[in-house]
Amino acid sequence: MYQRSVELAVGVFMLLGMGALVFLALQVSGLSMDSQKDSYKVYAQFDDLGGLSVRGRVSLAGVTIGKISAISLDRESYSALVEMDIYKEVDNLTTDSVASIQTAGLLGDKYVAISVGADEEFLADGDTIFDTQSALNLEKLIGAFASGQVDI
Amino acid sequence: MDYSAAMGRSGVFLLRALLGLSFSLKGMQLLVTQLYKIGVLSLIIIIVSGLFIGMVLGLQGYNILVDYGSEQAVGQMVALTLVRELGPVVTALLFAGRAGSALTAEIGLMKATEQLTSMEMMGVDPMKRVIAPRFWAGFISMPLLAIIFSAVGIFGGMLVSVDWLGVFEGAFWSNMQNAVEFEGDILNGLIKAVVFGAVCTWIAVFQGYDLIPTSEGISIATTKTVVYSSLSVLGLDFLLTAVMFGSI
Repeated sequence: MYQRSVELAVGVFMLLGMGALVFLALQVSGLSMDSQKDSYKVYAQFDDLGGLSVRGRVSLAGVTIGKISAISLDRESYSALVEMDIYKEVDNLTTDSVASIQTAGLLGDKYVAISVGADEEFLADGDTIFDTQSALNLEKLIGAFASGQVDI
Repeated sequence: MDYSAAMGRSGVFLLRALLGLSFSLKGMQLLVTQLYKIGVLSLIIIIVSGLFIGMVLGLQGYNILVDYGSEQAVGQMVALTLVRELGPVVTALLFAGRAGSALTAEIGLMKATEQLTSMEMMGVDPMKRVIAPRFWAGFISMPLLAIIFSAVGIFGGMLVSVDWLGVFEGAFWSNMQNAVEFEGDILNGLIKAVVFGAVCTWIAVFQGYDLIPTSEGISIATTKTVVYSSLSVLGLDFLLTAVMFGSI
């Protein structure tokens, strides 16, 4: 009988440990089952990433619609090539969409904001967004301002 | 010379303890009994200290972050400190004090009263009967305790910052989920806990098995267990952190 209650207590202990791990995984790290959503790839070229990093957010009107899957240097144009995974359900991005790098808050993470145009055709897997705006480089801005190149 | 001999003995000892676990019904019963003594009975101290450490982290973090107007970041601060560092380390220190010293004293007294020798006389291998179940129980309990510690600590941090200090709950969790990665943070914390568990139990059981069988020897060995375990946990923590997170 003693052995049985000991086994019961150990079983509860094990379950508690597993439960805590599940809690950490789902609630704390935000690991979710649908994180592997179906997506398609869209590319964009930027002159200056300004600290954009892989796994950053891609958003449209502030709503996350995908993530950055790879960043590489385009050897021919000397610009940064950003590969984005856009969720399948957002399949109506127009081909004249504009991709710009923006900052969440004053010092927050960099993310890619997409604003759609008025074109009738939509971006498909492997397409490139041509109209892009690079990151706002605070140092450059201050430098230009300090040397008097900017009129206010 | 003495030290290297002890290192050699402890290495052989570790190997024999690891291989000594028997999967028969009796072996499993011994393991479960030890899991109860080492794991379940440590649960109270782990939960209480986890709760209070999480609450302190929430309070301190809030007071610092509120100056910068970014008190929503308290969630990620509490979660990252607990999952990466405090969870495994503090659990290991408490574990060494709570379970490790008890292991050393128990095995030491068995040796001093020649129970181990008489087991050998009866043809029972004390390695299998006494050492292996204790070793494996510590090895299994420690990561579970560390996870529970982190989870309870995060709950404590939430209690203070969200319920008492009024941080917005949605921002608390979403900041945390953005900052904490499952592979990078939680699994690495778990690896730390596994390593600490193995080291603490190894030291505790070996000190008990290897002590001078007098009452003074038992007290020296118990002290050694706590001191050596704590030092190696803190040292190993730096090494593991450097490998996992640092860029050294």
